[in-house]
Amino acid sequence: MTTQMAPESMYRSTEGLGVWPHRGKVAAVGIGHSPTARRWDGRPETSVGAQSILACRNAIEDAGVNPAEVDGIVLVPVTTTGAHWDADTPIPMDVVNAFNPTDDPLDGVGQLSAEWLLKNMPELTNVKFTMYAPGCMSAAITVAAQAVGDGLASTCLVLKGWHNLEGRYNHGGISAANEVPGAFALSPGRTLWGAPGCYGTALQFAQYCTKYGKHHDMMAPFMENSRRNGLLFPEGYWAQHRPEQLPPEDYLNSRWIAKPANLFDNDIPIMASAAYLFTTADRAQHMAQKPVYILGHASSRGTPRSITPTLEEVEAETDSTGRKIYEAAGITPDDLSFENMYDGFAQFHQFHVEGLRYRGMQRGDALDFYQTDISIEGPNPILPSGGNIGSGRSRFWMHTDCIQQIQGRAGARTVTGVKPEVAVSGGPMPLGGNFTVWSATPN
Amino acid sequence: MVKQGVVPDALNKPFFDAANEGRLVVQCCTACDRLCFPPRPACDLCGSGDNMTWREVSGRGTIYNYGVVYDCPVASLKENLPFNLAAVQLVEDPGILMFSHLPGTPADEVPVGAAVQVIFEETANGQKVPEWQVVT
Repeated sequence: MTTQMAPESMYRSTEGLGVWPHRGKVAAVGIGHSPTARRWDGRPETSVGAQSILACRNAIEDAGVNPAEVDGIVLVPVTTTGAHWDADTPIPMDVVNAFNPTDDPLDGVGQLSAEWLLKNMPELTNVKFTMYAPGCMSAAITVAAQAVGDGLASTCLVLKGWHNLEGRYNHGGISAANEVPGAFALSPGRTLWGAPGCYGTALQFAQYCTKYGKHHDMMAPFMENSRRNGLLFPEGYWAQHRPEQLPPEDYLNSRWIAKPANLFDNDIPIMASAAYLFTTADRAQHMAQKPVYILGHASSRGTPRSITPTLEEVEAETDSTGRKIYEAAGITPDDLSFENMYDGFAQFHQFHVEGLRYRGMQRGDALDFYQTDISIEGPNPILPSGGNIGSGRSRFWMHTDCIQQIQGRAGARTVTGVKPEVAVSGGPMPLGGNFTVWSATPN
Repeated sequence: MVKQGVVPDALNKPFFDAANEGRLVVQCCTACDRLCFPPRPACDLCGSGDNMTWREVSGRGTIYNYGVVYDCPVASLKENLPFNLAAVQLVEDPGILMFSHLPGTPADEVPVGAAVQVIFEETANGQKVPEWQVVT
């Protein structure tokens, strides 16, 4: 079985497409997570392959289905957080011997193919559909929802795994070279001009503050709230390894990376895998967990005109994304119980929530909104998952939280100021991302 | 602050050759009368590469906004931390941005919106690149 990257036709990236034809006909049921780690310790059982198998098995068990019922898998083959396996370093033999290999020795260590997964999950005897999605779980969810809706699979695993290795990524290689190609010198890459990863977002945030008269300090309540929510997320990195709150003084005294973005405005790279089990709304009735129905999905394919996205481009694109989300799901902003839009970098989040017009927000309102009650106990929860800031860079906490909240399984993180009925999650970038609307009922 | 050397390729060689001559050029789609930067094979508006030419611009711009880099992945720039990294808009078309370290402007003392003028600065291998200075 040759696995292809999902075609662009599976995404809804333009306005005017109307309500998603499969609205309410696809549901998420099972959730599976691996433990988190800051970096890989080199053991077979903690490799991204092993973590991903564990996540899949947990999702299958959680849904209460027989593994032989799984007939589809959508996964992201790229697993790097930015760290790449050194080509001159052999894979440890105990790792090699622990798994059934494919032709690529990095499979299960520095990437993940559907072939590798199937070779190492022999219980999946009935998989007839496999497909890749780029980047992160948000894309995989979109593809899997579309695939189930289109009838390409009826019981489908959705998987994203991350590996993280030793060292500071992007500090070696071309960043240490004496010369760089001309295209790197002119592009928004990290060479020549020395921009760290968060620079582009910091630039947009600087313009946001200039335009609307805001200040970086106004991010503190959002950061504190995100970490608090993250510490209530037992699957997350901070909850598992560093149960530390992030009071405003700690946040505001942190060192700058690219002012106005400081250390905590950057999400911490981690290793973790997560999987969901999607199925048809009909089949979901007979599974172990409450179905969470997908009302619609929408994608952003915006690109900057020049070397880096401007605030104006980000605002135009997230406005469009908001309209696409509501159009696909057939809902309005008033229907949202809560939001779980992307946050890693933290300074993305206000662009997304303003684009959604969440709780009536207009452009320039979000940082003032952050000064109000945005807790899970209040009527206007912001990012109840805690996002990447609250649980580390996985880009899937927000999806898990939407499903768990609507299933009534969010534990101490449960939103109590609103009834969790309809939620939106997705990302990552304001220009380029995929977004899903989840619901307690199919309509 | 010596930047990494630059090795042009076929697509961007006219840009860098002009920089060595003290001229700032950017691509222009003559069919759309639209400037394009960074260099690309086709116009981002009409999608055609048939009408892409190079146009010399004035070298005047304004500062869109900036960040101050305190943690830099590029080894050769680390001794200069912290430094400004601004986005400059061309006066001919504010939609076209170029990066600048704003030589002569102290870190975090950047006048957003101020006028800037292009200069050309040698990189580590002698290739010149555009830089920008605040007009006083």
